[in-house]
Amino acid sequence: MPRRGAITAFLTAVGVVLLINFKTPSQQGLAAFSRQTVTGTQSTNGSAAPSASGQPSASSQPAATSQPTAAATPGTQTITGPAISYFFGTAQVQITLQNGQITDVTALQLPNEGQSAWISQQVEPMLRSEVLSAQSAQINLISGATYTSEAYRESLQAALDKARA
Amino acid sequence: MTVATGRLRVEQIMGTAIGIDLRDDLVPDAAVDAAFAWLRRADARFSTYKPDSEVSRLGRGELTLDACSLELRQVLALAEQLRFDSRGHFDVYRHRTDGGLDPSGVVKGWAVEEAAWILDEAGARNYAINAGGDVLLRGEPEPGEPWRVGIRHPLQADAVARVLELRGGAVATSGAYERGEHITSPLTASAPQDWLSLTVVGPSLTYADAYATAAFAMGSAGLGWVATHPGYRAYGITADEVRWIEG
Repeated sequence: MPRRGAITAFLTAVGVVLLINFKTPSQQGLAAFSRQTVTGTQSTNGSAAPSASGQPSASSQPAATSQPTAAATPGTQTITGPAISYFFGTAQVQITLQNGQITDVTALQLPNEGQSAWISQQVEPMLRSEVLSAQSAQINLISGATYTSEAYRESLQAALDKARA
Repeated sequence: MTVATGRLRVEQIMGTAIGIDLRDDLVPDAAVDAAFAWLRRADARFSTYKPDSEVSRLGRGELTLDACSLELRQVLALAEQLRFDSRGHFDVYRHRTDGGLDPSGVVKGWAVEEAAWILDEAGARNYAINAGGDVLLRGEPEPGEPWRVGIRHPLQADAVARVLELRGGAVATSGAYERGEHITSPLTASAPQDWLSLTVVGPSLTYADAYATAAFAMGSAGLGWVATHPGYRAYGITADEVRWIEG
């Protein structure tokens, strides 16, 4: 049943399609997977399946590397996801966790040619804030969202898988 | 960091991302493997984008209905039932502008439900499947906790309009933002204006998905029509408000 009181709290919880409960010591949920629509240039079946490059799915073989940052405070961890290539380009993200909470998400690589560059400029702040806000929103999934930034998601997912390992 | 549970796998199938989030630690990964394998097989058989798929061959008249697989005939029977029930608002032959056969609107929900059965038979009791924004739920994400399903705000891709707490069933949303002119009323052949998005909650994803599509096309009558089906309820979002009718 819907809880009216909860609505406003989630207005900032952005287009998360599928959010795993990333069980940190504080039991916070964490946005781990969503597909973010940006321009509508990709629509429905067929064209929205940019897995032609045969990339492994998000969780299959994360090639993430874990590297605790040298100058970080205890409990701070920086994890880099693999570079995921699509026909739009390559995306790679890095997450920073502090005591199991995501404190920052940065895109190390995003597509930078033509329209993809425009998309990247729009999408990166959005995806970033989405990940940061959704982890406190504790929404498990979102209905009604068909999105396109799989590359970002896959890299993020792989980084998260690595963090959970 | 030690993390107890929650396994999420995402694959690109049926032109969308399908994620399975399995929360039962004791259920082997092989069950998820089998569910994804089934979804890939269903995609190969029912895709309208693959010229050699069974659906494409049937659509071109290279196959007769009698020669089709039992599964395809089941899907088409389901589609016909839904067309009748919705008074033509759900029509796998009128969905496309060229009038060709496109059972995608029923295939995805049906295939995901079959995949859920595979997980059920493997002993899974707590999991979620998200197929491009259509959601099937079982059990709980954590003991005592409901699944919390956000409904995408129809005007803001980065916002959630409402959150539902559920312990099973399905949630499907049709939105103008999503398919544009794809959803048309068979009576007026134009995109309906009433809903920015319409969400259906109920026991079956196949039906929830189809009801959402049909009710969206019905316009203002759509919510009440959904509510005539026991166990299903609908939430419609207009430019002004969120309206909902529980069946």
